[in-house]
Amino acid sequence: MASLIDCPHCGKRPREEFTTLGSAVTRPSPSADSETWTDYVYLRDNPRGMHDEFWHHADGCRRWIVVSRNTFTHEFGGTRDAAGIAPMISPTEKTSQK
Amino acid sequence: MTPYRLSTGGLIDRKRPVSFTFDGKQYEGFAGDTLASALLANGVSLMGRSFKYHRPRGVMTAGAAEPNALMEIGTGGRREPNTRATMQEIYPDLHATSQNRWPSLDFDIGAANSLLSPFLSAGFYYKTFMWPKSFWEKVYEPFIRKAAGLGRIAEEADPDTYGKAWLHCDLLVAGSGPAGLAAALAAGRAGAKVVIVDEHAIAGGHLVDTREVVDGKSAQAFVEDAVAELRGLPNVTFKTRTTALAWYDDNVVALVERKQKHVAAPEANRAVEILWRVAAGHVIMATGAEERPLVFAGNDVPGVMLASAMRRYLNRFGVAVGRNIAIFTNNDSAYALAAEAEASGITVAAIIDTRSTAPSWTGRARVLTGSEIIATQGGKALKSVTVRTGAKEETLSVDALAMSGGFSPIVHLACQRQQKPVWNEDLQAFLAPDTNGALTPAGSVAGAYSSQQAFNDGADKAVEALTRLGFDAATPAADFADKTPGNPSGLWLPGDVKGKAFIDYQNDVHYKDIGLAVREGFDHVELAKRYTTNGMATDQGKLSNINAIALIARARGCSIAEVGTTTYRPFYTPVSFATLSGTHYGTHFAPVRSSPLHAWSLARGGEMVDAGLWYRPMYYKQAGDTDMMASINREVLAVRAGAGICDVSTLGKIEVTGPDAAKFLDLLYCNDFGKLAVGRARYGFMLREDGIPFDDGTTSRLGENVYFMTTTTAYAGPVLAHMEFCHQQHWPDLDVRFVSVSDQWAQMAIAGPRAREILASLVDEDISEEVFPFLSAKEVTLGSGVVNARLFRISFSGELAFEIAVPAGYGPSVADAIVAAGAIPYGVEALNTMRLEKGYITHAEMNGMVTVADLGFDRMVSRRKDDFVGKHMFGREGLVRENREQLVGVRALKAEDRFTAGAHVLKIGDQVSLENDQGYVTSSVWSPVVKGYIGLALVKGGRNRIGEKVRVWNALLGTDVEAVICSTDHLAEANGGKNA
Ligand SMILES: [Zn+2]
Repeated sequence: MASLIDCPHCGKRPREEFTTLGSAVTRPSPSADSETWTDYVYLRDNPRGMHDEFWHHADGCRRWIVVSRNTFTHEFGGTRDAAGIAPMISPTEKTSQK
Repeated sequence: MTPYRLSTGGLIDRKRPVSFTFDGKQYEGFAGDTLASALLANGVSLMGRSFKYHRPRGVMTAGAAEPNALMEIGTGGRREPNTRATMQEIYPDLHATSQNRWPSLDFDIGAANSLLSPFLSAGFYYKTFMWPKSFWEKVYEPFIRKAAGLGRIAEEADPDTYGKAWLHCDLLVAGSGPAGLAAALAAGRAGAKVVIVDEHAIAGGHLVDTREVVDGKSAQAFVEDAVAELRGLPNVTFKTRTTALAWYDDNVVALVERKQKHVAAPEANRAVEILWRVAAGHVIMATGAEERPLVFAGNDVPGVMLASAMRRYLNRFGVAVGRNIAIFTNNDSAYALAAEAEASGITVAAIIDTRSTAPSWTGRARVLTGSEIIATQGGKALKSVTVRTGAKEETLSVDALAMSGGFSPIVHLACQRQQKPVWNEDLQAFLAPDTNGALTPAGSVAGAYSSQQAFNDGADKAVEALTRLGFDAATPAADFADKTPGNPSGLWLPGDVKGKAFIDYQNDVHYKDIGLAVREGFDHVELAKRYTTNGMATDQGKLSNINAIALIARARGCSIAEVGTTTYRPFYTPVSFATLSGTHYGTHFAPVRSSPLHAWSLARGGEMVDAGLWYRPMYYKQAGDTDMMASINREVLAVRAGAGICDVSTLGKIEVTGPDAAKFLDLLYCNDFGKLAVGRARYGFMLREDGIPFDDGTTSRLGENVYFMTTTTAYAGPVLAHMEFCHQQHWPDLDVRFVSVSDQWAQMAIAGPRAREILASLVDEDISEEVFPFLSAKEVTLGSGVVNARLFRISFSGELAFEIAVPAGYGPSVADAIVAAGAIPYGVEALNTMRLEKGYITHAEMNGMVTVADLGFDRMVSRRKDDFVGKHMFGREGLVRENREQLVGVRALKAEDRFTAGAHVLKIGDQVSLENDQGYVTSSVWSPVVKGYIGLALVKGGRNRIGEKVRVWNALLGTDVEAVICSTDHLAEANGGKNA
């Protein structure tokens, strides 16, 4: 895991300033069916490769951000603010859409 | 002058003698000496005992890889075990003690283990100490602990200060030998921000161990000038006594800087060691190469050491390790030592070279080519060596032996992030893997073995890195008189060994152990390591691994590349826990959070208890209270009969404002908040997205768009983070702002029948029942407008009760006024007793599995809202099924019976079993109102079982009592069903 996280608001800061929540899955619409909600609450991909996660800059700007990192190489793929991120699509779908 | 100190030479300060003790005996050295060099100067060669066989051992190296000369340094809380004498500088009155010997270093009873050595071969831990099983605890372990082991840790607290900090730079240079100096000069002159570190007290690496000539001056003068230039540059930070320990992601390197481990009396207000983390643009790894020991019988007798170490003692410290030495080598590098030793008046009896042809040699020493040492003589000090040349054997009388088996690049940093080193057949060495550009090995670590080659390599690689970082850097130059290129050597292994030829000195692994491990099937390098313990000591195989790998390869009949290395992990050298913790201990590790009424409580006899980082009064001890229960019961009864005041400032307090505040609260809580009128308070639950309660609390509407939320003490932080996540991620368009105001307000609960009367005497506004009924909330003033306050008509005790919040600084005086008006202070124990008497819940009941319905708040959940956190999952089949555990009251049938939280509920007459388990007690307390033990419990189908007698069983505490399931409102039951 990265030693430094490049907060989109604060720049590179030590990892210890952040806490993580897990996969950056986005909340379904309230009218979504129960299968969609079950997926959102319980099911997570476990990719070998790039992975988007929610991180909180708890000891910094207090913004929630999305951190992309490679679970295999630890390669850092960038960060962005968590506000208004696109609804989650699984990494396999991402690949097939290219 | 001590017997082995040369009259001239070395970088020690001969004007500053330093006296120190070793095993109680006093010795003299000079400022600049290490403990090892000072002991050698005094003719002390026996410095330790080996781990398993307790063999007498001397110093093997002059640096970080030292396996033998490990000592306890210092006294009291400053005593540090396993300190390498080769790295520890002496200071006045330093106390050093040898380790792993009993009763003394000179006479060690454990040396008898050598006689038992046939039974102590590889894998002996697994083979010997297994049977009989009962022997382990009583016989084997105490014996091993007494006879073996490394140094003793200090039993007192370390009085010194340690620190942690960050550094940022363009280029970090690890090592200040020729390559490191060249790299730092290139970067420093180009204006880059440079950090250069060296683990020794003086810079220069192996250059200062030589008599090379550079730019027409001595190598030592050359280093001095280069260091002076670098220290003169404002953009360069030069740290000696600093080890690069670990290389982490994002090019962050951990360093440990020993700031005051070499002084007699550390300054109290400065750290003795600092753990630095360096965020570097690029890292030049100029860590050098480690000389390999040669494998031959008796290669551990004190007096045998690495040739590079002997050369360092000679030139850096002005110490002759012996007066009549021999050199055993398989490569050219040791010939320089021979020449310098002879120039210093030391007799070199012979250079024993394993190769058939030697390099040109003009010195006096005999050169024996095609030769090897097959034995050594002398127990605690070397007396002679037996040399075999072809069929001929001869014995040479010597008092020291230098050995050189070639060099292994110190690639550790580059290999700490999953990548393994790569075997290079030409150099016969493991080199650093390709690290993708962020770290470059330079100098002898990259196979550039001569000083000229190393300097040029460091310069070139730094310029390359600097160019990539956007600097315009010129290549520094230095002219070394010796232009002979570095000469890599193969690995030499003996054909056969009679006696013990040690591979791993610290763990006593010898030649035959490796072959045995392979024969017994432990031939993978990782298995062989664990089976033989080779490389598992505090030196982590810095000297031993390469020879062990070569022996495994030979035994398996495969190449060294196929065997490969074991895994490299941080740290490069051992680090103390004190350094890793830095300032994070005591109150710096767990700071004390004091409520605005903390001192107020203490002044009134409050017995404090920790609640997270907070301290809260358990109860207030008063004259006449015989014990804790007396205090608690007095407080409960006084509140229920009159009035009491309790500090509830530790509750989380969050102010929520903005036009969309109501909408936001509706999404956070499972109950309705949108319709809450101004001036009203409401109790509510926040759920997790899986439908389970997350936290509870009261939120009040103080104005059109102003809400005041309270959370439980423990969840103040998590609730704020949850709200931030919900707002920022789920609903960023909502126009709402919120901020923690937990520390801004002193908040007090005033409970009891007289609560309104007491508050009415202080509050300026009318707070009569008609104007300010249950669940009212408003901003008021106290003392004719002096203090702004927030008043809430809420209860956590079942009594008429209020909570009042005043600006934190006013807390004590307002609390005083309330006490003066007739309320008694009560603590969290009385608070807990009263909430249980009334059946109010805490996180003991919200256990992460129960639903709102299980807790009896089903009707609170909004059916109107089409969305809130947890809405979409809380109606799942499993969460609404029949016979779930529901919250009920439970009361002991006999006044003398006691039960505790965690006790299980069983039907009367049932056997104790998991199938028969009916639930468990979540909270319990002795109630002075009920005059017996009461509690809350989660019981299967509990609400339909009111009145049922049950067994409350706790095997841990040995309690098994009869109780009755009842309403959660014990207070109402005790009052004959009438709600208070
Ligand atoms: Zn930030």
